[in-house]
Amino acid sequence: MELFINLTINGLATGMLIFLLAAGLTLIFGLMSVLNFAHGGLFAWGSYAGVWLYLLTNSFIAGIIGAIFIGILLGFITEKWIIQPVYGNHVQQILITLGFMIVLSELLKVIWGPNQIAVTPPAYLTGSWEIGNILIIKYRAFIIVVGLLMYGLIYYMLKHTKIGLIVRAGVINKEMVQSLGINIKRIFLYVFMAGAAMAALSGMLIAPYAGVIHGNMGMEYAILAFIVVVIGGMGNITGSILAATLVGIIGSFMAYYVPELSLAVNMLIMAVVLLFRPQGLFALKG
Amino acid sequence: MVAILETKNLGITFGTHQAVQDVSFSVEKNEFKSIIGPNGAGKTTLFNLLSGQLKPTKGEIYLKGQQITGSSVVERTRLGIGRSFQITNVFPNLTVLENVRLAVQSQAKLRYQAFTHYRSYQKFEEKALHWLHVALLDHKENTLAINLAHGEKRKLEMAMLLALEPELLLLDEPTAGMSLEDVPAILQVIKKIKEEGDKTILLIEHKMDMIMDLSDRIMVLFNGKLLAEGTPREIMDNELVQSAYLGGLYDEFTSQS
Ligand SMILES: Nc1ncnc2c1ncn2[C@@H]1O[C@H](COP(=O)(O)OP(=O)(O)O)[C@@H](O)[C@H]1O
Ligand SMILES: [Mg+2]
Repeated sequence: MELFINLTINGLATGMLIFLLAAGLTLIFGLMSVLNFAHGGLFAWGSYAGVWLYLLTNSFIAGIIGAIFIGILLGFITEKWIIQPVYGNHVQQILITLGFMIVLSELLKVIWGPNQIAVTPPAYLTGSWEIGNILIIKYRAFIIVVGLLMYGLIYYMLKHTKIGLIVRAGVINKEMVQSLGINIKRIFLYVFMAGAAMAALSGMLIAPYAGVIHGNMGMEYAILAFIVVVIGGMGNITGSILAATLVGIIGSFMAYYVPELSLAVNMLIMAVVLLFRPQGLFALKG
Repeated sequence: MVAILETKNLGITFGTHQAVQDVSFSVEKNEFKSIIGPNGAGKTTLFNLLSGQLKPTKGEIYLKGQQITGSSVVERTRLGIGRSFQITNVFPNLTVLENVRLAVQSQAKLRYQAFTHYRSYQKFEEKALHWLHVALLDHKENTLAINLAHGEKRKLEMAMLLALEPELLLLDEPTAGMSLEDVPAILQVIKKIKEEGDKTILLIEHKMDMIMDLSDRIMVLFNGKLLAEGTPREIMDNELVQSAYLGGLYDEFTSQS
Protein backbone atom coordinates (compact mmCIF):
# COMPACT_ATOMS: atom_id res chain seq x y z
CA MET A 1 0.00 0.00 0.00
CA GLU A 2 2.74 2.40 0.99
CA LEU A 3 4.68 1.57 -2.11
CA PHE A 4 1.58 1.98 -4.23
CA ILE A 5 0.91 5.46 -2.86
CA ASN A 6 4.53 6.47 -3.19
CA LEU A 7 4.73 5.36 -6.80
CA THR A 8 1.46 7.11 -7.52
CA ILE A 9 2.62 10.40 -6.02
CA ASN A 10 5.88 10.08 -7.85
CA GLY A 11 4.00 9.45 -11.08
CA LEU A 12 1.71 12.40 -10.47
CA ALA A 13 4.67 14.71 -9.94
CA THR A 14 6.36 13.50 -13.12
CA GLY A 15 3.02 13.80 -14.88
CA MET A 16 2.67 17.45 -13.87
CA LEU A 17 6.15 18.25 -15.16
CA ILE A 18 5.36 16.57 -18.46
CA PHE A 19 2.06 18.42 -18.54
CA LEU A 20 3.81 21.79 -18.22
CA LEU A 21 5.99 20.82 -21.15
CA ALA A 22 3.10 19.41 -23.20
CA ALA A 23 0.73 22.34 -22.55
CA GLY A 24 2.67 24.68 -24.81
CA LEU A 25 3.30 21.99 -27.38
CA THR A 26 -0.34 21.03 -27.72
CA LEU A 27 -1.55 24.62 -28.11
CA ILE A 28 1.23 25.38 -30.58
CA PHE A 29 0.26 22.38 -32.66
CA GLY A 30 -3.48 22.83 -32.20
CA LEU A 31 -3.42 26.47 -33.18
CA MET A 32 -1.02 26.60 -36.13
CA SER A 33 -0.19 22.92 -36.78
CA VAL A 34 3.41 23.76 -36.02
CA LEU A 35 5.64 20.81 -35.17
CA ASN A 36 8.13 22.20 -32.70
CA PHE A 37 10.96 19.86 -31.82
CA ALA A 38 12.89 22.70 -30.20
CA HIS A 39 10.43 22.75 -27.30
CA GLY A 40 12.68 20.41 -25.30
CA GLY A 41 15.56 22.83 -25.87
CA LEU A 42 13.55 25.65 -24.29
CA PHE A 43 12.85 23.32 -21.38
CA ALA A 44 16.56 22.56 -20.94
CA TRP A 45 17.46 26.23 -21.17
CA GLY A 46 14.91 27.07 -18.50
CA SER A 47 16.50 24.40 -16.37
CA TYR A 48 20.09 25.56 -16.81
CA ALA A 49 19.42 29.28 -16.60
CA GLY A 50 17.12 28.83 -13.59
CA VAL A 51 19.54 26.53 -11.76
CA TRP A 52 22.44 28.86 -12.48
CA LEU A 53 20.53 31.73 -10.91
CA TYR A 54 19.33 29.54 -8.04
CA LEU A 55 22.87 28.46 -7.20
CA LEU A 56 24.17 31.99 -7.63
CA THR A 57 21.62 33.76 -5.45
CA ASN A 58 20.69 30.83 -3.25
CA SER A 59 17.07 31.79 -3.90
CA PHE A 60 14.85 29.15 -5.44
CA ILE A 61 12.23 31.77 -6.28
CA ALA A 62 14.84 33.79 -8.18
CA GLY A 63 15.65 30.62 -10.13
CA ILE A 64 12.00 30.11 -11.05
CA ILE A 65 11.57 33.72 -12.14
CA GLY A 66 14.79 33.55 -14.14
CA ALA A 67 13.68 30.36 -15.86
CA ILE A 68 10.33 31.87 -16.82
CA PHE A 69 12.05 34.98 -18.08
CA ILE A 70 14.49 33.06 -20.27
CA GLY A 71 11.57 30.94 -21.51
CA ILE A 72 9.62 33.98 -22.65
CA LEU A 73 12.69 35.50 -24.28
CA LEU A 74 13.74 32.32 -26.10
CA GLY A 75 10.10 31.71 -27.03
CA PHE A 76 9.95 35.11 -28.69
CA ILE A 77 13.21 34.55 -30.57
CA THR A 78 12.26 31.02 -31.64
CA GLU A 79 8.84 32.00 -32.92
CA LYS A 80 10.04 35.08 -34.79
CA TRP A 81 13.14 33.68 -36.43
CA ILE A 82 12.80 29.92 -36.48
CA ILE A 83 9.08 29.13 -36.72
CA GLN A 84 7.63 32.05 -38.70
CA PRO A 85 9.72 31.46 -41.84
CA VAL A 86 8.40 27.89 -42.07
CA TYR A 87 4.68 28.31 -41.35
CA GLY A 88 2.64 25.67 -43.14
CA ASN A 89 5.54 23.42 -44.12
CA HIS A 90 5.87 20.43 -41.81
CA VAL A 91 9.04 18.98 -43.32
CA GLN A 92 10.87 22.28 -42.99
CA GLN A 93 9.50 22.67 -39.47
CA ILE A 94 10.86 19.30 -38.40
CA LEU A 95 14.27 19.98 -39.92
CA ILE A 96 14.71 23.51 -38.65
CA THR A 97 13.36 22.92 -35.15
CA LEU A 98 15.40 19.72 -34.74
CA GLY A 99 18.44 21.66 -35.88
CA PHE A 100 17.67 24.49 -33.48
CA MET A 101 17.18 21.94 -30.69
CA ILE A 102 20.72 20.65 -31.27
CA VAL A 103 22.08 24.20 -31.33
CA LEU A 104 20.34 24.98 -28.04
CA SER A 105 21.66 21.81 -26.39
CA GLU A 106 25.22 22.39 -27.59
CA LEU A 107 25.14 26.00 -26.48
CA LEU A 108 24.20 24.82 -23.00
CA LYS A 109 27.33 22.72 -22.89
CA VAL A 110 29.45 25.58 -24.21
CA ILE A 111 28.19 27.98 -21.56
CA TRP A 112 27.82 25.72 -18.54
CA GLY A 113 30.19 22.89 -19.36
CA PRO A 114 29.57 19.31 -20.45
CA ASN A 115 29.19 17.87 -16.96
CA GLN A 116 26.01 17.19 -15.06
CA ILE A 117 25.07 19.78 -12.46
CA ALA A 118 23.72 18.60 -9.11
CA VAL A 119 20.72 20.44 -7.65
CA THR A 120 18.85 20.07 -4.37
CA PRO A 121 15.55 21.62 -3.31
CA PRO A 122 15.62 24.68 -1.04
CA ALA A 123 15.52 23.95 2.69
CA TYR A 124 11.80 24.72 3.05
CA LEU A 125 10.93 22.13 0.40
CA THR A 126 13.32 19.47 1.67
CA GLY A 127 12.15 16.48 3.65
CA SER A 128 8.74 14.98 3.95
CA TRP A 129 5.49 14.92 5.87
CA GLU A 130 4.38 11.79 7.60
CA ILE A 131 0.70 11.07 7.35
CA GLY A 132 -0.15 7.84 9.10
CA ASN A 133 2.73 5.67 8.01
CA ILE A 134 2.91 7.24 4.57
CA LEU A 135 5.76 9.58 3.75
CA ILE A 136 4.95 12.42 1.40
CA ILE A 137 8.03 14.07 0.01
CA LYS A 138 7.49 17.83 0.17
CA TYR A 139 9.09 18.68 -3.13
CA ARG A 140 6.89 16.22 -5.00
CA ALA A 141 3.78 17.62 -3.38
CA PHE A 142 5.01 21.07 -4.33
CA ILE A 143 5.36 20.07 -7.99
CA ILE A 144 1.87 18.56 -8.01
CA VAL A 145 0.40 21.74 -6.53
CA VAL A 146 2.23 23.95 -9.04
CA GLY A 147 1.09 21.73 -11.92
CA LEU A 148 -2.54 21.85 -10.82
CA LEU A 149 -2.36 25.61 -10.30
CA MET A 150 -0.93 26.09 -13.78
CA TYR A 151 -3.64 23.90 -15.24
CA GLY A 152 -6.25 25.98 -13.39
CA LEU A 153 -4.69 29.16 -14.69
CA ILE A 154 -4.57 27.98 -18.30
CA TYR A 155 -8.09 26.64 -18.07
CA TYR A 156 -9.35 29.94 -16.69
CA MET A 157 -7.52 31.93 -19.36
CA LEU A 158 -8.91 29.76 -22.14
CA LYS A 159 -12.45 29.84 -20.80
CA HIS A 160 -12.78 33.37 -19.51
CA THR A 161 -10.53 35.77 -21.39
CA LYS A 162 -10.74 37.36 -24.79
CA ILE A 163 -7.49 35.86 -25.97
CA GLY A 164 -8.54 32.47 -24.60
CA LEU A 165 -11.68 32.51 -26.72
CA ILE A 166 -9.59 33.34 -29.78
CA VAL A 167 -7.22 30.47 -29.00
CA ARG A 168 -10.05 27.96 -28.57
CA ALA A 169 -11.67 29.13 -31.78
CA GLY A 170 -8.32 29.07 -33.58
CA VAL A 171 -7.74 25.46 -32.59
CA ILE A 172 -11.07 24.60 -34.21
CA ASN A 173 -10.60 26.64 -37.39
CA LYS A 174 -7.89 29.22 -37.75
CA GLU A 175 -8.87 30.37 -41.26
CA MET A 176 -12.27 31.30 -39.97
CA VAL A 177 -10.80 33.22 -37.05
CA GLN A 178 -8.79 35.18 -39.59
CA SER A 179 -11.85 35.85 -41.66
CA LEU A 180 -13.34 37.50 -38.58
CA GLY A 181 -10.52 40.01 -38.87
CA ILE A 182 -8.37 38.62 -36.05
CA ASN A 183 -4.61 38.51 -36.52
CA ILE A 184 -4.02 34.92 -35.48
CA LYS A 185 -0.27 35.13 -36.04
CA ARG A 186 0.04 37.72 -33.30
CA ILE A 187 -2.02 35.53 -30.98
CA PHE A 188 0.15 32.57 -31.90
CA LEU A 189 3.29 34.48 -30.90
CA TYR A 190 1.80 35.08 -27.43
CA VAL A 191 0.76 31.45 -27.11
CA PHE A 192 4.20 30.33 -28.18
CA MET A 193 5.88 32.56 -25.60
CA ALA A 194 3.53 31.34 -22.87
CA GLY A 195 4.21 27.75 -23.90
CA ALA A 196 7.96 28.36 -23.82
CA ALA A 197 7.65 29.92 -20.36
CA MET A 198 5.83 26.83 -19.09
CA ALA A 199 8.44 24.55 -20.66
CA ALA A 200 11.19 26.56 -18.95
CA LEU A 201 9.30 26.44 -15.65
CA SER A 202 9.00 22.69 -16.03
CA GLY A 203 12.75 22.48 -16.67
CA MET A 204 13.49 24.49 -13.53
CA LEU A 205 11.13 22.44 -11.36
CA ILE A 206 12.51 19.16 -12.58
CA ALA A 207 16.10 20.00 -11.55
CA PRO A 208 15.83 19.43 -7.76
CA TYR A 209 13.39 16.60 -8.43
CA ALA A 210 15.79 14.66 -10.67
CA GLY A 211 18.77 15.82 -8.61
CA VAL A 212 20.92 16.54 -11.66
CA ILE A 213 20.55 18.36 -14.96
CA HIS A 214 22.40 17.55 -18.14
CA GLY A 215 22.62 18.81 -21.72
CA ASN A 216 20.44 16.12 -23.27
CA MET A 217 17.53 16.34 -20.85
CA GLY A 218 15.50 18.29 -23.39
CA MET A 219 15.13 15.45 -25.88
CA GLU A 220 14.33 12.91 -23.18
CA TYR A 221 11.35 14.81 -21.82
CA ALA A 222 10.23 16.24 -25.16
CA ILE A 223 9.53 12.70 -26.34
CA LEU A 224 7.24 12.11 -23.36
CA ALA A 225 5.55 15.46 -23.99
CA PHE A 226 4.92 14.51 -27.62
CA ILE A 227 3.37 11.24 -26.52
CA VAL A 228 1.12 13.19 -24.16
CA VAL A 229 0.08 15.62 -26.89
CA VAL A 230 -0.91 12.74 -29.15
CA ILE A 231 -2.79 10.82 -26.47
CA GLY A 232 -4.49 13.93 -25.09
CA GLY A 233 -5.55 15.29 -28.45
CA MET A 234 -3.91 18.22 -30.22
CA GLY A 235 -4.89 21.54 -28.74
CA ASN A 236 -6.68 20.03 -25.75
CA ILE A 237 -5.36 21.20 -22.38
CA THR A 238 -7.60 18.98 -20.25
CA GLY A 239 -6.69 16.03 -22.46
CA SER A 240 -3.04 16.90 -21.93
CA ILE A 241 -3.16 16.92 -18.15
CA LEU A 242 -5.07 13.62 -18.10
CA ALA A 243 -2.68 12.03 -20.58
CA ALA A 244 0.35 13.43 -18.73
CA THR A 245 -0.94 11.95 -15.47
CA LEU A 246 -1.43 8.63 -17.22
CA VAL A 247 2.04 8.68 -18.77
CA GLY A 248 3.61 9.84 -15.49
CA ILE A 249 1.99 7.13 -13.40
CA ILE A 250 2.66 4.37 -15.91
CA GLY A 251 6.26 5.55 -16.14
CA SER A 252 6.59 5.53 -12.36
CA PHE A 253 5.25 2.00 -11.92
CA MET A 254 7.15 0.65 -14.91
CA ALA A 255 10.38 2.25 -13.71
CA TYR A 256 9.97 0.38 -10.46
CA TYR A 257 8.94 -3.02 -11.78
CA VAL A 258 10.36 -3.25 -15.34
CA PRO A 259 12.54 -0.19 -15.83
CA GLU A 260 13.81 -1.15 -19.27
CA LEU A 261 10.28 -1.09 -20.71
CA SER A 262 9.23 2.25 -19.26
CA LEU A 263 9.43 4.35 -22.42
CA ALA A 264 8.37 1.46 -24.65
CA VAL A 265 5.05 1.12 -22.82
CA ASN A 266 4.25 4.80 -23.25
CA MET A 267 5.15 4.55 -26.93
CA LEU A 268 2.89 1.52 -27.18
CA ILE A 269 -0.03 3.40 -25.63
CA MET A 270 0.52 6.21 -28.12
CA ALA A 271 0.59 3.78 -31.01
CA VAL A 272 -2.64 2.15 -29.84
CA VAL A 273 -4.31 5.53 -29.46
CA LEU A 274 -3.12 6.57 -32.92
CA LEU A 275 -4.52 3.37 -34.33
CA PHE A 276 -7.97 3.49 -32.77
CA ARG A 277 -8.50 7.16 -31.97
CA PRO A 278 -6.08 9.18 -34.07
CA GLN A 279 -7.62 12.44 -32.89
CA GLY A 280 -6.52 11.58 -29.32
CA LEU A 281 -8.35 10.06 -26.37
CA PHE A 282 -9.85 13.35 -25.29
CA ALA A 283 -10.01 15.18 -28.61
CA LEU A 284 -12.36 18.09 -29.22
CA LYS A 285 -12.13 18.14 -32.98
CA GLY A 286 -14.64 15.50 -34.14
CA MET B 1 -24.07 58.11 -56.20
CA VAL B 2 -21.10 56.50 -54.58
CA ALA B 3 -19.95 53.05 -55.64
CA ILE B 4 -18.98 51.24 -52.47
CA LEU B 5 -17.63 48.33 -54.47
CA GLU B 6 -16.31 48.24 -57.98
CA THR B 7 -14.56 45.62 -60.07
CA LYS B 8 -12.74 46.09 -63.36
CA ASN B 9 -12.22 43.18 -65.74
CA LEU B 10 -11.99 40.82 -62.80
CA GLY B 11 -10.94 37.28 -63.69
CA ILE B 12 -9.44 34.12 -62.27
CA THR B 13 -8.16 31.03 -64.03
CA PHE B 14 -7.74 27.62 -62.42
CA GLY B 15 -5.31 25.79 -64.66
CA THR B 16 -6.95 26.33 -68.03
CA HIS B 17 -10.46 26.82 -66.65
CA GLN B 18 -11.57 30.45 -66.55
CA ALA B 19 -13.94 30.37 -63.57
CA VAL B 20 -14.51 34.14 -63.64
CA GLN B 21 -13.88 36.21 -66.77
CA ASP B 22 -13.78 39.93 -67.32
CA VAL B 23 -16.40 40.78 -64.74
CA SER B 24 -16.88 44.53 -64.31
CA PHE B 25 -19.64 45.84 -62.09
CA SER B 26 -20.25 48.29 -59.31
CA VAL B 27 -22.47 48.32 -56.28
CA GLU B 28 -23.81 51.50 -54.78
CA LYS B 29 -23.98 52.27 -51.12
CA ASN B 30 -26.96 50.63 -49.41
CA GLU B 31 -27.95 48.85 -52.59
CA PHE B 32 -29.32 45.31 -52.46
CA LYS B 33 -27.91 43.39 -55.38
CA SER B 34 -28.37 39.71 -56.14
CA ILE B 35 -26.27 37.39 -58.24
CA ILE B 36 -27.95 34.50 -60.01
CA GLY B 37 -26.66 31.88 -62.36
CA PRO B 38 -26.57 28.11 -62.74
CA ASN B 39 -24.34 25.90 -60.59
CA GLY B 40 -20.70 26.27 -61.53
CA ALA B 41 -21.26 29.73 -63.05
CA GLY B 42 -18.55 31.17 -60.80
CA LYS B 43 -20.68 32.94 -58.19
CA THR B 44 -18.88 31.59 -55.14
CA THR B 45 -15.54 32.13 -56.85
CA LEU B 46 -16.49 35.76 -57.46
CA PHE B 47 -17.24 36.12 -53.73
CA ASN B 48 -13.90 34.51 -52.93
CA LEU B 49 -12.24 37.18 -55.04
CA LEU B 50 -14.17 39.98 -53.36
CA SER B 51 -13.50 38.76 -49.82
CA GLY B 52 -9.85 37.97 -50.48
CA GLN B 53 -9.94 34.18 -50.11
CA LEU B 54 -8.67 34.03 -53.70
CA LYS B 55 -6.43 36.45 -55.56
CA PRO B 56 -7.51 37.31 -59.12
CA THR B 57 -5.30 36.46 -62.06
CA LYS B 58 -6.66 39.53 -63.82
CA GLY B 59 -8.41 42.81 -63.06
CA GLU B 60 -8.94 45.06 -60.06
CA ILE B 61 -11.23 45.50 -57.08
CA TYR B 62 -12.00 48.82 -55.42
CA LEU B 63 -13.71 49.36 -52.09
CA LYS B 64 -14.89 52.93 -51.53
CA GLY B 65 -12.52 54.03 -54.26
CA GLN B 66 -9.55 52.32 -52.64
CA GLN B 67 -7.79 49.54 -54.52
CA ILE B 68 -8.01 46.31 -52.49
CA THR B 69 -7.04 43.77 -55.15
CA GLY B 70 -3.98 42.62 -53.20
CA SER B 71 -5.38 43.04 -49.68
CA SER B 72 -5.69 40.11 -47.29
CA VAL B 73 -8.92 38.78 -45.84
CA VAL B 74 -8.17 40.46 -42.52
CA GLU B 75 -7.55 43.83 -44.15
CA ARG B 76 -10.78 43.58 -46.11
CA THR B 77 -12.74 42.66 -43.01
CA ARG B 78 -11.21 45.68 -41.33
CA LEU B 79 -12.30 47.83 -44.26
CA GLY B 80 -15.88 46.65 -43.87
CA ILE B 81 -16.46 43.54 -45.98
CA GLY B 82 -18.33 40.75 -44.20
CA ARG B 83 -18.95 37.42 -45.79
CA SER B 84 -21.02 34.33 -45.18
CA PHE B 85 -20.18 30.98 -46.66
CA GLN B 86 -22.23 28.58 -48.72
CA ILE B 87 -21.13 25.89 -46.32
CA THR B 88 -22.07 26.77 -42.80
CA ASN B 89 -19.16 28.21 -40.94
CA VAL B 90 -19.44 28.34 -37.19
CA PHE B 91 -17.15 27.07 -34.42
CA PRO B 92 -18.84 23.77 -33.51
CA ASN B 93 -17.31 23.32 -30.06
CA LEU B 94 -18.01 26.83 -28.82
CA THR B 95 -21.37 27.90 -27.45
CA VAL B 96 -23.65 30.06 -29.55
CA LEU B 97 -22.85 33.04 -27.36
CA GLU B 98 -19.09 32.44 -27.58
CA ASN B 99 -19.30 32.26 -31.35
CA VAL B 100 -20.90 35.68 -31.54
CA ARG B 101 -18.79 37.13 -28.76
CA LEU B 102 -15.68 36.27 -30.74
CA ALA B 103 -17.00 38.33 -33.62
CA VAL B 104 -18.04 41.16 -31.29
CA GLN B 105 -14.64 41.37 -29.65
CA SER B 106 -12.92 41.23 -33.01
CA GLN B 107 -15.08 44.08 -34.25
CA ALA B 108 -14.37 46.17 -31.13
CA LYS B 109 -10.68 45.68 -31.62
CA LEU B 110 -10.81 46.51 -35.33
CA ARG B 111 -12.79 49.66 -34.79
CA TYR B 112 -11.15 51.04 -31.69
CA GLN B 113 -7.62 49.74 -32.12
CA ALA B 114 -6.56 47.41 -29.37
CA PHE B 115 -4.38 48.39 -26.53
CA THR B 116 -5.80 51.58 -25.12
CA HIS B 117 -9.32 50.37 -25.46
CA TYR B 118 -10.63 48.09 -22.82
CA ARG B 119 -14.14 46.79 -23.09
CA SER B 120 -15.60 44.81 -20.26
CA TYR B 121 -16.64 41.27 -20.75
CA GLN B 122 -20.19 42.11 -19.92
CA LYS B 123 -20.38 44.70 -22.69
CA PHE B 124 -19.29 42.07 -25.17
CA GLU B 125 -21.87 39.64 -23.93
CA GLU B 126 -24.64 42.20 -24.09
CA LYS B 127 -23.73 43.04 -27.66
CA ALA B 128 -23.51 39.38 -28.59
CA LEU B 129 -26.96 38.79 -27.12
CA HIS B 130 -28.27 41.72 -29.15
CA TRP B 131 -27.06 40.19 -32.40
CA LEU B 132 -28.49 36.83 -31.42
CA HIS B 133 -31.79 38.59 -30.99
CA VAL B 134 -31.57 40.21 -34.42
CA ALA B 135 -30.83 36.82 -35.95
CA LEU B 136 -33.85 35.32 -34.17
CA LEU B 137 -31.75 33.07 -31.95
CA ASP B 138 -32.97 34.14 -28.53
CA HIS B 139 -32.58 31.58 -25.72
CA LYS B 140 -30.03 29.52 -27.62
CA GLU B 141 -26.95 31.26 -26.23
CA ASN B 142 -25.67 28.40 -24.09
CA THR B 143 -26.14 25.68 -26.68
CA LEU B 144 -23.00 24.31 -28.32
CA ALA B 145 -23.06 25.32 -31.97
CA ILE B 146 -22.58 21.72 -33.00
CA ASN B 147 -25.98 20.88 -31.51
CA LEU B 148 -27.93 23.47 -33.51
CA ALA B 149 -30.25 22.51 -36.32
CA HIS B 150 -28.96 23.43 -39.76
CA GLY B 151 -31.22 26.46 -40.09
CA GLU B 152 -30.14 27.70 -36.69
CA LYS B 153 -26.50 27.38 -37.69
CA ARG B 154 -27.14 29.66 -40.64
CA LYS B 155 -28.80 32.14 -38.32
CA LEU B 156 -25.81 31.96 -36.01
CA GLU B 157 -23.54 32.59 -38.95
CA MET B 158 -25.66 35.60 -39.80
CA ALA B 159 -25.43 36.86 -36.22
CA MET B 160 -21.62 36.57 -36.34
CA LEU B 161 -21.53 38.39 -39.61
CA LEU B 162 -23.72 41.20 -38.27
CA ALA B 163 -21.57 41.43 -35.15
CA LEU B 164 -18.67 42.45 -37.36
CA GLU B 165 -20.84 45.43 -38.36
CA PRO B 166 -19.72 45.32 -41.99
CA GLU B 167 -20.81 47.93 -44.49
CA LEU B 168 -20.84 45.41 -47.29
CA LEU B 169 -22.41 42.00 -46.71
CA LEU B 170 -21.67 39.10 -49.02
CA LEU B 171 -24.27 36.36 -48.53
CA ASP B 172 -23.65 33.09 -50.34
CA GLU B 173 -26.85 31.05 -50.55
CA PRO B 174 -28.00 31.69 -47.00
CA THR B 175 -30.88 29.26 -47.43
CA ALA B 176 -28.79 26.45 -48.91
CA GLY B 177 -29.55 23.10 -47.35
CA MET B 178 -32.30 24.55 -45.20
CA SER B 179 -35.55 22.78 -44.65
CA LEU B 180 -38.53 24.62 -46.10
CA GLU B 181 -39.89 25.65 -42.71
CA ASP B 182 -36.59 27.37 -41.83
CA VAL B 183 -36.43 29.48 -44.98
CA PRO B 184 -38.98 32.14 -43.93
CA ALA B 185 -37.04 32.83 -40.73
CA ILE B 186 -33.75 33.52 -42.49
CA LEU B 187 -35.62 35.56 -45.07
CA GLN B 188 -37.05 37.57 -42.22
CA VAL B 189 -33.55 38.18 -40.85
CA ILE B 190 -32.33 39.39 -44.24
CA LYS B 191 -35.37 41.61 -44.63
CA LYS B 192 -34.76 43.07 -41.20
CA ILE B 193 -31.19 43.91 -42.15
CA LYS B 194 -32.33 45.43 -45.41
CA GLU B 195 -34.98 47.54 -43.75
CA GLU B 196 -32.48 49.05 -41.35
CA GLY B 197 -31.08 50.54 -44.55
CA ASP B 198 -27.45 51.00 -43.57
CA LYS B 199 -25.97 47.98 -45.30
CA THR B 200 -24.93 47.21 -48.81
CA ILE B 201 -25.81 43.63 -49.60
CA LEU B 202 -24.66 41.22 -52.30
CA LEU B 203 -26.72 38.04 -52.27
CA ILE B 204 -26.23 34.77 -54.13
CA GLU B 205 -29.44 32.78 -54.15
CA HIS B 206 -31.40 30.28 -56.19
CA LYS B 207 -34.84 30.99 -54.81
CA MET B 208 -36.20 33.33 -57.49
CA ASP B 209 -39.19 34.62 -55.54
CA MET B 210 -36.86 35.67 -52.77
CA ILE B 211 -34.52 37.38 -55.25
CA MET B 212 -37.38 39.24 -56.93
CA ASP B 213 -38.74 40.35 -53.62
CA LEU B 214 -35.50 41.64 -52.06
CA SER B 215 -33.28 42.91 -54.86
CA ASP B 216 -32.82 46.42 -56.14
CA ARG B 217 -30.76 45.03 -58.98
CA ILE B 218 -29.78 41.61 -60.26
CA MET B 219 -26.67 40.35 -62.02
CA VAL B 220 -26.67 37.16 -64.05
CA LEU B 221 -23.47 35.14 -64.17
CA PHE B 222 -23.07 32.47 -66.81
CA ASN B 223 -19.92 30.46 -67.49
CA GLY B 224 -17.90 32.94 -65.47
CA LYS B 225 -19.10 35.92 -67.49
CA LEU B 226 -21.50 38.67 -66.58
CA LEU B 227 -24.42 37.99 -68.90
CA ALA B 228 -26.78 40.74 -67.86
CA GLU B 229 -27.49 43.28 -65.18
CA GLY B 230 -30.63 45.24 -64.33
CA THR B 231 -33.68 45.63 -62.16
CA PRO B 232 -35.64 42.48 -61.38
CA ARG B 233 -38.15 43.44 -64.08
CA GLU B 234 -35.46 44.02 -66.69
CA ILE B 235 -33.84 40.70 -65.90
CA MET B 236 -37.14 38.86 -66.19
CA ASP B 237 -37.77 40.47 -69.55
CA ASN B 238 -34.23 40.08 -70.86
CA GLU B 239 -34.36 37.66 -73.78
CA LEU B 240 -30.73 36.72 -73.55
CA VAL B 241 -31.19 35.74 -69.92
CA GLN B 242 -34.35 33.87 -70.71
CA SER B 243 -32.86 31.83 -73.47
CA ALA B 244 -29.52 31.21 -71.79
CA TYR B 245 -30.64 30.46 -68.33
CA LEU B 246 -33.97 31.46 -66.90
CA GLY B 247 -36.15 29.75 -69.47
CA GLY B 248 -35.97 26.23 -68.18
CA LEU B 249 -34.69 26.89 -64.71
CA TYR B 250 -37.05 29.62 -63.69
CA ASP B 251 -40.09 27.37 -64.05
CA GLU B 252 -38.29 24.77 -62.06
CA PHE B 253 -37.58 27.15 -59.22
CA THR B 254 -41.01 28.71 -59.06
CA SER B 255 -42.72 25.37 -59.04
CA GLN B 256 -40.38 24.32 -56.24
CA SER B 257 -41.22 27.16 -53.87
N1 LIG C 1 -10.19 26.44 -55.94
C1 LIG C 1 -10.61 25.98 -57.14
N2 LIG C 1 -9.78 25.26 -57.92
C2 LIG C 1 -10.19 24.81 -59.13
N3 LIG C 1 -11.40 25.02 -59.64
C3 LIG C 1 -12.27 25.73 -58.91
C4 LIG C 1 -11.94 26.25 -57.62
N4 LIG C 1 -13.01 26.91 -57.13
C5 LIG C 1 -13.97 26.81 -58.05
N5 LIG C 1 -13.55 26.12 -59.14
C6 LIG C 1 -14.32 25.86 -60.37
O1 LIG C 1 -14.83 27.08 -60.79
C7 LIG C 1 -16.14 26.93 -61.31
C8 LIG C 1 -17.09 27.85 -60.60
O2 LIG C 1 -17.35 27.37 -59.29
P1 LIG C 1 -18.22 28.17 -58.24
O3 LIG C 1 -17.74 29.55 -58.15
O4 LIG C 1 -18.23 27.39 -56.97
O5 LIG C 1 -19.67 28.14 -58.88
P2 LIG C 1 -21.08 28.57 -58.28
O6 LIG C 1 -20.88 29.10 -56.90
O7 LIG C 1 -21.61 29.57 -59.23
O8 LIG C 1 -21.92 27.33 -58.29
C9 LIG C 1 -16.49 25.46 -61.15
O9 LIG C 1 -16.27 24.82 -62.38
C10 LIG C 1 -15.52 24.99 -60.10
O10 LIG C 1 -15.23 23.63 -60.29
MG1 LIG D 1 -21.61 28.46 -55.03
